[in-house]
Amino acid sequence: MEKRIHHGIKVISAGPLLTIQDAGRYGYMAYGIGESGVMDRRAYQIANRLVGNDHGEAVLEATLMGPGLEFLEDTVIAITGADMEPTLDDSKVGLYEAIPVKKGQVLHMGFAKNGCRSYIAVAGGIDVPQVFGSRSTNLKCHMGGLHGGPVKNGDLLPTKKLSFFKKIKISRGGSKVTPTMYTNRVCVRVIPGPQDDCFSDRGLQSFYSGEYKVSPQSDRMGIRLEGNEVESKQGTDIISDGIVFGSIQITSSGKPIILMADHQTTGGYAKIGTVVTEDLPLLAQVRPGDQVQFEKIEIASWERQQDVEKTAVYAGVRKRA
Amino acid sequence: MVTSIKPVGDRALVVEFDNEISEKVNMEVMGMEQKIRECAGVVECVPTYRSLLVYFDPQRLSYSQEKDLILSIRMEGHLDEAGKKKILQVPCAYGGSYGEDLAELSRELGLSEQEIIRLHSERIYRIYMMGFLPGFVYLGGLNEKIWAPRLQTPRIAIPKGGVGIGGKQTGVYPVESPGGWRLIGRTPIDFYDAQRKEPILCRAGEYIQFIPITGREFEKIEKDVGAGTWKKEYIME
Repeated sequence: MEKRIHHGIKVISAGPLLTIQDAGRYGYMAYGIGESGVMDRRAYQIANRLVGNDHGEAVLEATLMGPGLEFLEDTVIAITGADMEPTLDDSKVGLYEAIPVKKGQVLHMGFAKNGCRSYIAVAGGIDVPQVFGSRSTNLKCHMGGLHGGPVKNGDLLPTKKLSFFKKIKISRGGSKVTPTMYTNRVCVRVIPGPQDDCFSDRGLQSFYSGEYKVSPQSDRMGIRLEGNEVESKQGTDIISDGIVFGSIQITSSGKPIILMADHQTTGGYAKIGTVVTEDLPLLAQVRPGDQVQFEKIEIASWERQQDVEKTAVYAGVRKRA
Repeated sequence: MVTSIKPVGDRALVVEFDNEISEKVNMEVMGMEQKIRECAGVVECVPTYRSLLVYFDPQRLSYSQEKDLILSIRMEGHLDEAGKKKILQVPCAYGGSYGEDLAELSRELGLSEQEIIRLHSERIYRIYMMGFLPGFVYLGGLNEKIWAPRLQTPRIAIPKGGVGIGGKQTGVYPVESPGGWRLIGRTPIDFYDAQRKEPILCRAGEYIQFIPITGREFEKIEKDVGAGTWKKEYIME
């Protein structure tokens, strides 16, 4: 029995890079299939929550410049992440809030005023077929999304049909979240290892004290950095091993690359450390030319800090980092 | 032997074994993976030549709890070594339009094409790990007489099924991809097929042997693969 495809959105202009992403592809990394998924998990989760979606529904991820979209039915959308100055039928709409949309209305987004990636969630979620349990587009492997690649001009995007109850639920919407402001200088916390012993004391020192500039060659696979060379003891080639979202590789030229959502599952360069999960959304929003700094934190102190925050939440104390 | 356990950020750790590429070490990695996969708090494992990357759920277990759990497995000390080798039979058409670099390689190495084919297809290769592309196998055990440097300028597109030699390694391209390996042949079977019930043909810890076939046999198997009637064949040894 073939499922009737329900198209909810028409793409008028896709912009430089618009992809369908969800929470990521898990369980197949041992076979060479990477996790992919959204770059900024925080902005993504908020967008889904605002439109009443379950966690894990697919959204649109726009890079540096947003799309033009026509809605083919009444729905509710939310836009989070970078501010691309969205308008609905030429009137300005807000970020981080649920926006009711009428059939035929056109959303238009421009260049990012700050940040790099915007997320557009629609009630019900984008409904492309799941590949290995995920709708995320893996650009390198031509996998997932609408046709294994970026969304293009003129594409019709399937969306999940909304049930009567869901429509009532979202019509009550109205929630709002304070938008995140992005700066062109970020500091991320790094848990050292697993191959930090490949580097000389001088190399480690220059890595943690240096200020790095984001290279224009950065993409969903990795953020390439220019700056202090990280000196190794005897080169940075290792016997290939596993990589995670946030691994910081040092190439043979001594430059760091932070592996991001579309990272390959294994690699042969030494990894000096790993960015903590909580700080990855900051990196998802850096643009070429932005500054990145690293702050070292050992796993034991990181976990202690997390426990303290959890306890504070349970005790009813409102604590903000 | 487990030599160390180190954090990989706040939601993964790596179990490291002796720093060498050998069947013995890789078998220990696979043995550990089998045991860890079902453990509490473990989300996903990525076994490689000499290490095992373990994703855990920090909401359920802390790094030190997960580390203790893994150390206790090691203390039990019975890693079951696979009693029998499971060897996948991989038909491969060598040379000509199937393996464009074979003729050149024959000149470079001073070996006849037939000799290279014999040396490449007589060995049984262990799948040490998978990575890089969906279904890409890192094979070990290539005869050193046919080790060959990669192309100086990688090809823009190596066809799906391309069998190549890159340095001390040999392998199969599961999907069309850019690559610098020297192409010596091509297999008509799909190491990766998203539409198939089991999209990935093999797994790390298994073995592969290449079976030389003619162009006509290649076409026949390719047809069977396309029709979904081809079945994979193993030899147990």
